[in-house]
Amino acid sequence: MIKRSFIGLTKPMLKYEALDVRTPEPTIIQEPKKVSLFLDKTYGFKDSILLKIGDTVKTGQKLSLSENSEAYVISTVTGKISSIETLTGDYGKTFTSVSIDVDDHEEIDDQFKTLAAEPTLDSANNFLSGVPGKPSFKIFSDPEKPINTIIVNGIDRDLLVATNQYIVKSEIDAIKNGIRILKEITGIDNILIAVPQNLTQDAIGGGAQVTTVDSEYPATLPAMMMQSILGQILPAGQSCEDMGVCFLTAEAVASIGTAFEAGRIPSTKTVTFVNKDGVKSLVSAKIGTPVRSILNAFGVTLNEKDRLILGGPMTGATLYSEDFPVLADTDAIIVQDRNNIPFVSDYPCINCGECVRACPANVPVNMLVRFLEAGQYEEAADQYDLYSCIECGLCSYVCVSKMPVFHYIKLAKYELGRTTSPEATNA
Amino acid sequence: MLNQKKLIVSHAPFWHDGSSIRVRSYHIMLAALPAALFGIFTYGMPALGVVSLSISFAIIWELLINKVTRRTISIGDGNAALIGLLFAMLLPATSPWWLVATGTLVAVVIGKHIYGGIGGNPFNPVLIGVAILMVAWKDFFDFNEALVNYDLGFAMVYPLAAAKHLGTSGIEAFSTAGLLLGQHSGGIGATFGLGLILGGIYLIIRGFIRWEISVSFLAGVFVTALFFHISDPSQYASPVFHLLTGYTLMGAFFLATEDSSSPVNFIPMLIYGAGAGVMAVLIRNIGAYVDGVVFAILLMNLINPICDKIRPKSLGKVV
Repeated sequence: MIKRSFIGLTKPMLKYEALDVRTPEPTIIQEPKKVSLFLDKTYGFKDSILLKIGDTVKTGQKLSLSENSEAYVISTVTGKISSIETLTGDYGKTFTSVSIDVDDHEEIDDQFKTLAAEPTLDSANNFLSGVPGKPSFKIFSDPEKPINTIIVNGIDRDLLVATNQYIVKSEIDAIKNGIRILKEITGIDNILIAVPQNLTQDAIGGGAQVTTVDSEYPATLPAMMMQSILGQILPAGQSCEDMGVCFLTAEAVASIGTAFEAGRIPSTKTVTFVNKDGVKSLVSAKIGTPVRSILNAFGVTLNEKDRLILGGPMTGATLYSEDFPVLADTDAIIVQDRNNIPFVSDYPCINCGECVRACPANVPVNMLVRFLEAGQYEEAADQYDLYSCIECGLCSYVCVSKMPVFHYIKLAKYELGRTTSPEATNA
Repeated sequence: MLNQKKLIVSHAPFWHDGSSIRVRSYHIMLAALPAALFGIFTYGMPALGVVSLSISFAIIWELLINKVTRRTISIGDGNAALIGLLFAMLLPATSPWWLVATGTLVAVVIGKHIYGGIGGNPFNPVLIGVAILMVAWKDFFDFNEALVNYDLGFAMVYPLAAAKHLGTSGIEAFSTAGLLLGQHSGGIGATFGLGLILGGIYLIIRGFIRWEISVSFLAGVFVTALFFHISDPSQYASPVFHLLTGYTLMGAFFLATEDSSSPVNFIPMLIYGAGAGVMAVLIRNIGAYVDGVVFAILLMNLINPICDKIRPKSLGKVV
């Protein structure tokens, strides 16, 4: 954890992880006995469920829940479905978890292979939205919001994480293929690859225009990159897709490249693992591998009241169980010892202004948080620029009162979203 | 699932820079300590008595009001002790115990807790305490009268009173070096200019106070005093004299910078600081009071909420 420096006059300096000159070798995690795959949607009572417990699935097989739902997941192993359950995540998000008992004997489904020879947006949309990096293809076929620029993110969005930098260093050929295929299937020629200064040489091999990104947090958040790379300011409350810009991680692009090249859907995710003592290592694991297997591979014992984080230290999410699997967009797993966990407090804002100075979006956080605490979300959005927030978490990081400012902001956005479109949360 | 280990789940971010209200309060007290200790050495046991009593009473009042309002006990954050220390530093060494008790009661309860405690106060609690005492028992704040029995080897006349009543001829005995080294009478912790400046610089470097407020306050005092001095050098004291006497340095580094009652955006901080500095000299030179810092800062506290609306445009905001 980076503490406040002795000279507190300046803003906090949080540098992104810079990869060594030597490419690190990722630790390969053995295929576990059981994997869990997550679908972004729950099944309704009326849906006819296509999957049932006891079904055998092959590696690379597409599993959809029902015929009238587009949600699917690609099995990363061969085995028998042992359970199907519904889970609730943060902010009312719901998932269906499909657990598969792994067979020793692996069989590969070749449905995709026949399509791979001639890449199309449809086949990508139908088979590749669950590959490592979790690219979204739906946005390319939305006629209302045409995409004109794709930015391949070769630097990770959060601190400590080096996953996408590693991909740029080690799989630049796959990225090159991916970029070529993306150009072909989407018809978008304006593809940029954004990397930190130290990876510029490596990124040239990607066959796209290379831009460098500042290595200080939060320079790699989409809204910041829009400003620094494209010179466009993201209007409050809009997403980058609304502006015609699509962000894909380097890993997603590499996966697309590998998939069409090899005719096989990639299933191995690269994850940055940060141990209790802060030692970082790269891990290569199948999507669906429980976090427990990774912890075991590093000999980590979790104690009561430790913290397990999926994602980076500023924007990640905590887990309540070691059985939670590695997902397609899990870039990092961080273990925090119970003695190193900073807690939030119920102290009020003392108006010290640290957050106002730290905020990259100039949000008047000191006033905003007073309204959010009182639950006055509409006033907060109207007068104090709630929707300008780019969700970097720096305000909570510097808060002298240790207020959960970021949490308040996310909650307010969620609650406002619920009141404006009640059906949107289930969509 | 029942025997599972319970992990801590919480919202991002999972890091914190380690700052806290307690650290902040104690560092501000640390920075004020050289000046306070100098006052104690100069004025002896009575000054030590006032400082100790003031800190203890401030903590006791805070504890009592916590109990009465059934809120969590907040004396651990050091803010009450800080109020007590700063309050004592403004008092003359001979203040009677009941004056200290009443003043801290006003500061902690009326200055801070009736607005909901730390962070809610629109005015600086210390200044509320001092202002009410100054209005109610102004004789105790007449430093010439209060320190009449002291002879410390330098001119014992209160510099600001001399400047006000006698013009520049009354303050010839005070050299700049003497003022910096505390060779003039005044509040317990308010006379040692060098100590206050060093404490202030420490706080600015560590980021515990906002430099914009301190600098603009001092600039406001300097420029206004300079204009007065140029217009009539025989009646109005020099700007350096105004910077180093009375509560100016206390105000610049410890009072005007109080978090809750001061702005946080750049331009408002400059307006707030400079406004308080200008007002302080105006009150000193043409107002009724000998020292105007207390009322000047309270007045600027009043405009802080409106002033702080001048802020940079948020990212992507159209209006």
